[in-house]
Amino acid sequence: MITPEIQAELTAIVGEERFRTDPESRISHSYDATPMFQSLPDGVIYPASTGEVQKILRIASNYSIPVVGRGSGSNLSADTVPSKGGLVMVMTRMNRILELDRNNHTLTVQPGVYTQTIHDTVEKEGLFYPPDPSSMAISTIGGNIAECSGGLRGLKYGTTKDYVLGLEAVLANGEVIRTGGKLYKDVAGYDLTKLLVGSEGTLAIITEATLKLIPLPESRRAMVAHYTDLDAAARTVSRILSEGIIPCTLEFMDQKTIQVVEEYANIGLPKEMAAILLIEQDGPPAVVENDIHQIRKICQETGATHMEMAQTEAEGTRVLAARRNALAALARLRPTLILEDTTVPRSEIAPMVREINRIADKYQLNICTFGHAGDGNLHPTLLTDARDPEEIERAELAFSDIFAAAIRLGGTVTGEHGVGLAKAPYLEWKTGRIAIEVMKGIKKAFDPQGILNPGKIFADTLRTERVGD
Amino acid sequence: MATAPKKNSSTLPESPWEAVGKELKLTLDQDQLTHCMRCGFCLPACPTYRETGREAASPRGRIALMKAVNDGLMSPDESFADQLKYCLGCRACESACPADVKFGRLLEQSRAAIHEYAPRSRGVRWMENFFFRHFFSSRSKLQLAGALIAFYQKSGLQRLFHHSGLAEVVLPEHLRQMDKVLPYASSKGVVERTGTFIPSKGGSRGRVGLFRGCIMDVLFAKTNCNTAELLSAAGYEVVIPETQTCCGALQAHGGDEKHAKELARANLRTFKEAEVDWIASNAGGCGAQLVEIPHLLRGDPEYAEEAHWFADRIRDISQLLVAGSPLPLGEVNACVTYQDSCHLRNGMKVSEAPRRLLSAIPGTRYVELVESDRCCGSAGIYNLTQPVTSMSLLDEKMEHVKESRAEFLVTTNPGCLLQMKLGIQRAGLEDRMQAVHLVDFLAESIRQGAGKRKIPSDQNEK
Repeated sequence: MITPEIQAELTAIVGEERFRTDPESRISHSYDATPMFQSLPDGVIYPASTGEVQKILRIASNYSIPVVGRGSGSNLSADTVPSKGGLVMVMTRMNRILELDRNNHTLTVQPGVYTQTIHDTVEKEGLFYPPDPSSMAISTIGGNIAECSGGLRGLKYGTTKDYVLGLEAVLANGEVIRTGGKLYKDVAGYDLTKLLVGSEGTLAIITEATLKLIPLPESRRAMVAHYTDLDAAARTVSRILSEGIIPCTLEFMDQKTIQVVEEYANIGLPKEMAAILLIEQDGPPAVVENDIHQIRKICQETGATHMEMAQTEAEGTRVLAARRNALAALARLRPTLILEDTTVPRSEIAPMVREINRIADKYQLNICTFGHAGDGNLHPTLLTDARDPEEIERAELAFSDIFAAAIRLGGTVTGEHGVGLAKAPYLEWKTGRIAIEVMKGIKKAFDPQGILNPGKIFADTLRTERVGD
Repeated sequence: MATAPKKNSSTLPESPWEAVGKELKLTLDQDQLTHCMRCGFCLPACPTYRETGREAASPRGRIALMKAVNDGLMSPDESFADQLKYCLGCRACESACPADVKFGRLLEQSRAAIHEYAPRSRGVRWMENFFFRHFFSSRSKLQLAGALIAFYQKSGLQRLFHHSGLAEVVLPEHLRQMDKVLPYASSKGVVERTGTFIPSKGGSRGRVGLFRGCIMDVLFAKTNCNTAELLSAAGYEVVIPETQTCCGALQAHGGDEKHAKELARANLRTFKEAEVDWIASNAGGCGAQLVEIPHLLRGDPEYAEEAHWFADRIRDISQLLVAGSPLPLGEVNACVTYQDSCHLRNGMKVSEAPRRLLSAIPGTRYVELVESDRCCGSAGIYNLTQPVTSMSLLDEKMEHVKESRAEFLVTTNPGCLLQMKLGIQRAGLEDRMQAVHLVDFLAESIRQGAGKRKIPSDQNEK
């Protein structure tokens, strides 16, 4: 509840323009990109500086008001849905690039900078910030850090956590902490930087980040391989990696996805194939050339039925179009799309895809699977309609089974989207009860009152894992 | 009539906003509302989101507001209506949307409910009624307006108006500038100038019905004539049916769906009778409205099927020229750039053809304009209803235009063309650059080929 007194105090900090309690503002901050989650905040506030964030959090602490940090609201775990009301704190007014340090290869930014802007800025200078979540045109770096976003290049380059060197963050009580720095080595105490990356806005509000940059790869080359047999595709993946080649992209699409994409985009994909792999390597031209030829040989030896190599970078873009079209193609088929990020050790990709298909058949659901084969991160994607409660109920059962199968195969319930509200009931399956208690202890140390993004990560009610299926 | 008509006779009289809410629940397309998966991919494409940084002023936010009304989470009110008015309707969000949500339709459905039931002053209601129902669709009123504007422009009245200082008293700055850049109006449209039939000059590519538009034919009649000539040169025979009327875009965008439907039916009958293979539009805004006719007339027992016949034949002039016989283009030594018409790009999905035509002109150096796919702020009558945002978008656009160093700024829609002329004047670039319709630029290139005339090419210029 925002009383007139609280309203006056918050307005005094940011002015009327940047603190809103009108129905429009509240409704338009009641959701994010996660289907079927919605909850109204009591107010929406747009701080423009670390100082303002501190003042806002002091007031929130005084009155025990929940605060949900938000960038563009493009996450897929309902992490920015204000499920307990309170304030949504939108960080997009803090959107300046503070420093590009060419000597140290670092970029220091405010949290509201778009990920795409970071790519564009550093690539102009011949530098590279690899994390590339699909939403990067609109996602903010603050959101990426809070969620530890992944992307297509995770296998070779890692994810957001591998590129955050230092942070400035405001704690629930309004105090500022600075972690890390322009340092590639730093073991002074617990690694609070890594702890904050992926903390989903539950520990602190990130107000500044120093990112690690690497040299921009000189060239890139793409190819595609088709398979009539899922296991052959899996064999290709493990052979490529065991021979010491790490492609920058190693994407997988199953038959259902191929069919849907082809129907939408008409780009000549073979609908009868069980799987296709989209592979790209980057680096010095000679290395890229050599790697791609070796990969081609491996594809052939492990049972690919057809291969196509892009001769130029532009052709590579065309070859990879199938993967880029996947989301659009799937999104058009049915009104609601539930995109999961089940992840298994990459050796278990074929068994996992088979499990997903078996479970989809069992519950009579349309689930298409694509994803990042190299790092075992799959996106089983359910095409459904939120207005059909009976089908949604079956979907919940199916995903429950899919998560259980992933755990059995040594995997996890979420590889890159985060726990939020959506996965909270399943967290314990992966981490166990004791680990959750430790996490809750950490949460308490940062935010004793529990005002930062309450209800996220730790579920109010837990799912019991069903046995005997 | 200042209040909403009562639809039912329940005990308590319904408030106008309650009526808007009820109507929205009935008319909003449920599938489209559900299809929005809130991914946010539309946000960077939206000019008003970029301008304000507010989610409520983004396509995703606006759909959430509509859905909230639909789900009974919120009642529509003045600020809901304002938010929908603030949208440019450029539909750049549709091109960015992975799920192919038809935002433009949701917007029109919402505006229709507001138009029908929301409280408005008597004056506003009268004005809308006059312009939507009696002006754009009336050939005689348009011609009279053309004659009056022409008299004002040529008699010295316009000069007197500006020189006397009266203009400064009665008009805000952007309208004074707009008045100055307005081309010479005329009561003589394309039919009065060329007749209703122009034979093909090279080959038999088919029979094209020319859609002349309402404003196009008063302010840019010469562009319509050039359109007919280009089609003829590209191997089409051209008919200009006289009974055609306004496309209905302004009415539909403004919420007057009923009248837009009447206009759609009239145009459908006209072009069906003319037995054409194609219907050519040279205004992105009109073309995008004309392809929507099957949606507009869905469920119409008499016209629903015919509407597909009509929409399947709609082509932008640039598409027909690319597909036709090669044009005898002559050399134009100049640097040109191109500003997309939003509705041509996002509504008709045409973006390549105009660029291909410009690049094909000998001697012409084509430079791509940075953010050419972003709305210029003209957006129908947006520059009149939301002048602050419109001018802010325009001034930002002109920064990119300036950097392009082009001598010709080409576009494909009368509203955009006027806005570009205004932008050039506001940026003080009149001596280095002119805004011109694609058709006029191509026509000039042909004349250069025939050695008849020299640049400047803008036929409607003063």
